[in-house]
Amino acid sequence: MNSTIIIIAVIVVLGVALWFLYNSIIVAKMRVSEAFSQIDVQLKRRADLIPNLVETVKGYAKHEKEVFEKVTEARASLVSAKGPQEKADANNQLSQTLKSIFAVAEAYPDLKASQNFIELQQEVSDTEDKIAYSRQFYNSNVLDYNTKLKVFPNVIFAKLLNFQDAEFFGATDEDRQPVKVSF
Amino acid sequence: MNIYSAISSNKYKTWAIMLLFVLVITTVVYVFSKALGYGIGFAGIALILAGVTSIGSYFYSDKIVLATSGASEIQKSDNPELFRVVENLCIGDGLPMPKIYIINDDSPNAFATGRDPKHSIVCVTTGILSILDKSELEGVIAHELSHVKNFDIRLMGIVAVLVGFIAIAANLFTQQLWWGGRDRDRNNNAQGIFLIIGIVLAILSPIAATLIQLAISRKREFLADASGALLTRYPEGLASALEKLNNDPRTLKSASNATAHLFIVNPFKGKETKQWFTSLFDTHPPIEERIKVLRSM
Repeated sequence: MNSTIIIIAVIVVLGVALWFLYNSIIVAKMRVSEAFSQIDVQLKRRADLIPNLVETVKGYAKHEKEVFEKVTEARASLVSAKGPQEKADANNQLSQTLKSIFAVAEAYPDLKASQNFIELQQEVSDTEDKIAYSRQFYNSNVLDYNTKLKVFPNVIFAKLLNFQDAEFFGATDEDRQPVKVSF
Repeated sequence: MNIYSAISSNKYKTWAIMLLFVLVITTVVYVFSKALGYGIGFAGIALILAGVTSIGSYFYSDKIVLATSGASEIQKSDNPELFRVVENLCIGDGLPMPKIYIINDDSPNAFATGRDPKHSIVCVTTGILSILDKSELEGVIAHELSHVKNFDIRLMGIVAVLVGFIAIAANLFTQQLWWGGRDRDRNNNAQGIFLIIGIVLAILSPIAATLIQLAISRKREFLADASGALLTRYPEGLASALEKLNNDPRTLKSASNATAHLFIVNPFKGKETKQWFTSLFDTHPPIEERIKVLRSM
């Protein structure tokens, strides 16, 4: 009689512990996907700016076809990219081609002076900042979540229920440029 | 102290301070109405008034603070650069966008207030906008957003209203005591009451100041500096901003003893305008020390 009570008590305690553990993992997972949708919003905003930018530059520099094609291509691959890694790569690709379009603009003083172009340039750089910050937020959430899956006793439970590590949103070395922290 | 323990200790301290305020006011009134032979009714009224003030300060401390600082709200079109900086840092910290207020004053300073991240306000002076560059401004805003995230803003706002209320009253009545003392023709009865209230508040005021010291530990500023630097990943931005703020001699006219602890740097700049109890309100660690810590990160 006494031992059955003890067994039931142990089962109940274990059950409650698992319940809390499971919920905490799920909450962390939701935070990761929430943070990822933040990045998505900014990536979409960036992709939306490109056609406008291309049109504006075209108005002044018609024969730079190659650059426009590359940018449009990079934009298309960003729009169709799936998953953090692919999106990060496509985004980096787009950053590279955007550099070439701004390099082209250097050769056209009229374009550089155009109010429309200046505003677009500001928008683009602001979006880049926002992508950087949303990536930072996303990655810190991923770190949080992955750590939750790795610590004991969560690790046993996570393995049993087949929880997978979340992917980091990659950053190139160049993206990290302004972060010059000297220790 | 990490951010999670900071949040829970702030929430707990908020309740403790609100409760303490009600208890102290009611006890003082009770003791006096007993001593002067009035009924217990006064203590009841005091209890209700103190309770209302306390709960009111929970919801309206931000508005009171903003009103006494002479701040006014701005929209994105008024200053898109500032808005962008705040937006970006909020994205990085996963915080909702706060309201932005501006104080029209050349003295460079900034503070955050509100009762939680959803009802938060970041306020800067026009002076700070004119002397800081973008990375320095980011450092300052990140520091303020850390106060928002830590729930420092709730505690600091309530402290500003409740304890500041006692300090201001003490200031008022002790002045009355000095000036009233010279004027012998005054009504003796009224003077007697002023005297008593003055003495009581003069005793309460250092206690209130100690409370502020307890609540607003200097660690708070260091923690906000550190988590701000973590957000921008660029401690030098905030360090050089603090250096500029420290070197600027202009004091903020609309700041008071009650609100001084809210600002990123002491708005009085440690000037000789200090009254005898102002020195008790030294809630900011020395800026040199903060800069040193940031530079060693």
